[in-house]
Amino acid sequence: MLRFIAKRLLETIPVLLIVATLTFFMMKLAPGGPFDTDKATTPEIKAQLEAQYGLNQPVHEQYFNYLGQLVRGDLGPSFKYAGWSVGELLWSAFPVSLELGCYALAIALTVGTLAGIVASLRKNTVTDYVPMMFATLGICLPTFVTGPLLIMVFGIMLGWFNPSGWDFASDRVLPAITLGLYYTAYVARLSRAGMLEVFNQDYIRTARAKGVSKWRIIWRHSLRGGLLSVVTFIGPAIAGLVTGSLVVETIFHIPGLGRFFVMAGFNRDYTMVMGTVLFYATLIILMNLLVDIVQVWLNPKLRFE
Amino acid sequence: MAAPAQPVAITGAEELEAGHSLWQDAWLRLRKNKLAVGGGVFILVLALASFLSPLIAPHSYDTQNLALGATSPSGQHWLGTDDLGRDLLSRILYGGRISLSVGLAATLVAVVIGVLYGTISGYFGGRVDVLMMRIVDILFSLPFIIFVILLMVIYGRNIYLLFLAIGAVEWLDMSRIVRGQVLSLKKQEFIEAAQALGLRRRRIILRHMIPNVLGIVIIYGTLIVPRVMLTEAFLSFLGFGVQPPMSSWGTLISEGARSMEEFPWLLIFPGLAFSSTLFSLNFVGDGLRDALDVRASKD
Amino acid sequence: MPLLEVNDLQTSFHTRNGIVRAVNGVSFSLERGETLGIVGESGSGKSVTCHSLMGLVPQPPGRIESGTAMFDGKTDLLACSARELNVIRGRRVAMIFQDPMTSLNPFMRILDQLIEPLLTHKLARRDEAVKRAIEMLELVGVPDAAHRIRSYPHEFSGGMRQRVMIAMALVTKPDLLIADEPTTALDVTVQAQILELIKRSQQQLGMAVIFISHDLGVVSGFCDRVQVMYAGRIVESARTEHLFRSPRHPYNRALQKSIPALQPKGAALYTISGMPPDMSRPVQGCAFAPRCEFAVEACRVREVPLKEVEPGHRSACLRVQEKQLQWEGAHV
Ligand SMILES: Nc1ncnc2c1ncn2[C@@H]1O[C@H](COP(=O)(O)OP(=O)(O)O)[C@@H](O)[C@H]1O
Ligand SMILES: [Mg+2]
Repeated sequence: MLRFIAKRLLETIPVLLIVATLTFFMMKLAPGGPFDTDKATTPEIKAQLEAQYGLNQPVHEQYFNYLGQLVRGDLGPSFKYAGWSVGELLWSAFPVSLELGCYALAIALTVGTLAGIVASLRKNTVTDYVPMMFATLGICLPTFVTGPLLIMVFGIMLGWFNPSGWDFASDRVLPAITLGLYYTAYVARLSRAGMLEVFNQDYIRTARAKGVSKWRIIWRHSLRGGLLSVVTFIGPAIAGLVTGSLVVETIFHIPGLGRFFVMAGFNRDYTMVMGTVLFYATLIILMNLLVDIVQVWLNPKLRFE
Repeated sequence: MAAPAQPVAITGAEELEAGHSLWQDAWLRLRKNKLAVGGGVFILVLALASFLSPLIAPHSYDTQNLALGATSPSGQHWLGTDDLGRDLLSRILYGGRISLSVGLAATLVAVVIGVLYGTISGYFGGRVDVLMMRIVDILFSLPFIIFVILLMVIYGRNIYLLFLAIGAVEWLDMSRIVRGQVLSLKKQEFIEAAQALGLRRRRIILRHMIPNVLGIVIIYGTLIVPRVMLTEAFLSFLGFGVQPPMSSWGTLISEGARSMEEFPWLLIFPGLAFSSTLFSLNFVGDGLRDALDVRASKD
Repeated sequence: MPLLEVNDLQTSFHTRNGIVRAVNGVSFSLERGETLGIVGESGSGKSVTCHSLMGLVPQPPGRIESGTAMFDGKTDLLACSARELNVIRGRRVAMIFQDPMTSLNPFMRILDQLIEPLLTHKLARRDEAVKRAIEMLELVGVPDAAHRIRSYPHEFSGGMRQRVMIAMALVTKPDLLIADEPTTALDVTVQAQILELIKRSQQQLGMAVIFISHDLGVVSGFCDRVQVMYAGRIVESARTEHLFRSPRHPYNRALQKSIPALQPKGAALYTISGMPPDMSRPVQGCAFAPRCEFAVEACRVREVPLKEVEPGHRSACLRVQEKQLQWEGAHV
C-alpha cells in the first residue's frame, strides 16, 4: 500500500513538470507581450517593467527561474493587480471556491447515492422512475442554463434567496445546487446501477441463505461493491467541479477563484492565468491520486496486487 | 448426460460475413427505440431549419430596431425580440448554425486525432502502445478546459482555434476505442492470413474490417457531438468562445442571463433550444450504442 | 414426523417471453439424518426447487404459485414471514452453492463471513465465534486456518473456497444441509475430496442432506434415496439401490444408459435423443413423451402423477404404472 502511494506520488512529478512547461511556453509563444495592450505605457516604462519582471532575459533562463520559483511555491507577481502576488490572490480566493465545491460534492454524494440506492431497492416502481427521470434531466442541463433558471424562479419570482452574492449562509444554497446538480444526477445513476448489479451477485444470495437481515445485506454486503463506481467517479467529478465553478461563480457573482480566473483571462493577466492553471492542475492531480488510493483501499482485490 | 447442444463456435470468416446483418439488426433495434428516433428527427429538423435559416428565417438576425426594443413573444415575433429589437427566433436559428457547425467541426477534429492516435498505438503495439496509452491516462486526469481557456486568452478568440482547441479536448475516448478495435482486428487478420490469401483477404479488409471500425467511430462520433457543443457553449457563455458579431446558443444564453429579470424569454428560449438539442443528441448516441451493443473497453 | 415435508411446490418465472414453469408440483419428504439426492439435466428445476425452500427465488420475476413446505412440522417455509424464515435460514437449514468463485463476498474477509451465521443467530459472542470459525475451517481441511481466516476470498483457490462455503454452512450445526451441485465447478480430484468432506461432516453432525447433482454417478455413492427430476417434476423416486438396479421410468433408464461407467465394456455410448422441453410452453401429457422410445398415445393425453409402483418406489410413467414396462438393471 505504502509502495503504491509512493509510486503514484513519484508519477505525478513528471506530469506536473509537463503542465508547467506547457503553460510556460504557450505564454512565451504568445503574440504580443503582457504590456502591449496598455496604451499609456511608453517604450521606456515597458522596458523597465520587463526588466522588473525578468522578461528581458533569454528564454531558457526565464524558464529555469520560473521552475525554481514554482518549486518554492512562488507564482510571481500579478501583472494587473499591482502589489499582489499571484499566490496571495489564489489563497484569498480559493477558500470560497473550496467551500462551494465541498457543498456541491456533498450534495452529489449524499443526495445522489441515497436516490440511487432507494431507486435500486424499489426497482421499476414510481420511486425508481421519478428520481431517474430527474437524473436524466440533470445530466442534460448545463450549469449555465440551470443557474439562471434557478435565479429566475427562486431568486426573482419567489424571492426566497438573493439572486447573487456570497454574504449570507442562504447565499450558498442556489450556487451549491447549480454546481452539484449534474454530479448528483450522475452519482444517482451510477449508484443505482452499481447496487442493482451487486444485488444480482451470487454472494448476496449466500448472505440471504445465511439468514442475514435485509438491512445488513444492504449495509454490510452491498454498499462497498455497489458504490465503488461512485468513488471512481469522484476524480473526474472534482475536475468537473473546478470547471463548473467558473460558470457558477460568474453567474452568482461569487468572489472565488473561478471568477478571478475568468476575469484574469479577460484582463490578459498572464501570470495570474498561468498560476491559476497550474494551481488547478495540481489540485486535480492530487485529488485523483487521493481517489485512487481510496479506491484501492476499498477493493481488497486491488489491494492484494 | 444429454445437455442441450451449444451452438457451434463461429469461425472468423463467418463472423465477418455476418457483418451486414449485424448492421441490419442494429438498424431494426434502433428504430424500435422511440427516444432515439424522436431525438434523431428533432435534430434533423432543427439542423435543416438552422442551415436554411437565410431562406426561412422570418426576419434578419442582425437588423436592429431600437425603437421597438425588447418585446415579449407575439404574432409578429414568435419568440419576441431582444433589447436591440432583433427577432429572437431568427437569432436562435442563426445561433444554431454556429453551434451545430462548431459541434461538427470540433467533433471532426477530435475524431481525426483520436483515430490517428489510436491506430498508431494499436498498430505498433508493445512499448509504443504502453507509452502512448499511459499518456492518454495522464491526459484524462488533466483539466483540459482550463487549458483551452488559457489558449483562447493567449492567442485571441479565433473561431478556427476554437474548433481545434475543443476538438483537442475530446479525442481521448476515441483513441482508446480505436486502439482496442485495431488490436482485435490485428488478431483476426492473423487468423485470416493463415486461411485466405491475396484477393480474398483484400476483399475482407475492404468490405468488412474498415466498415467495422468505421461503425464504432461513427457511434462514438455522435456521442462526442453533444459534449463538444457543451464545451463551446460553456466557453461562449464565459466570453472566451464565439465572439460578436457572430452568436451561438452559448452567447445567446449568456446575453439572456444578463437581462433575465426584465426579459426572461431571452434566456428561456435559447436555453430550451440548446437543452433539447443536447437531450436529443444524447438519446441518439445512447440508442446507437445500445443498438450495436458496443462498449468502450479500457485496454 | 419428517424433518421437511414439501407438498405440491410450484414456482414460475414471469418473464418478458412468457411464463417459465420451472417447478411444477413437486412433493417429497425428508427424515432427520437422511440423505436425499436430486438428479436431472440442467434446467430441470433442481436449483429453483431448493431456492424456493430457502426463500431465495428472485421476486420478481419469480413467483411461488402454490405449495407448502413444513419444516420440523411447525413452520411452512413458503408461507412464513421474512423474520421467521431468517430464524431458520443459516441456522437450521444451510445451503452451499455451485460456484464457489462467486458465492463468497469479495469485499469481506473470510473471517467476517464465517462468523456471520453465528452472530446473526446470536449463537455466540464475537471472540467465541472466531474460535469456532477457526475450528470449523480446520475441520474442513483448510491448512493454517488461524492465519488464513484473515484473508480475502480471492486469495483462495476454487476448492478452498468451497471448503470455506461448507465451513460457513456447518458452523451453526444445522439440521439440514442443501448442497446444490457443490462439485460441478471443481476439478475432478478436488470433487472427490469435497464429496468425502460432506459425507464425513454429515456423519459427524447427524444432519440431513439434500444433495443436488446432474450426475447420477456422483449421487449413487452418496445418497440414501434419489429423486429424478424432469421438466420441473419428479418422475421417479426410490432408495438408491432400487433406482439403479430396477429403473421404473424411461428417463431414469436412459440417464443410466448414457453413463459409460455403468455400461459393459465396448457397448456403444448412448445419448438421449431430442432436446429438453421448453419450460415456457405448457406440455400436454407426460413431458418426456416426445423423447421417449416407449411413449404411446395415452402418454400424450393427460399429465401422469407420481405413484407408488413398488413398495417405496414411485414413478410417473403411465406404462410402468400399468405394468406394461419393466426392466432390471440399467444396461438392459
Ligand atoms: N431468474 C430466472 N428467470 C427466468 N427463468 C429462470 C430463472 N431462474 C431459473 N429459471 C428457469 O427455471 C428453469 C429451472 O432452472 P434451474 O432450477 O436453475 O435448473 P437446474 O436443474 O439446472 O438447477 C430453467 O428453465 C431456467 O431457465
Ligand atoms: Mg442448478
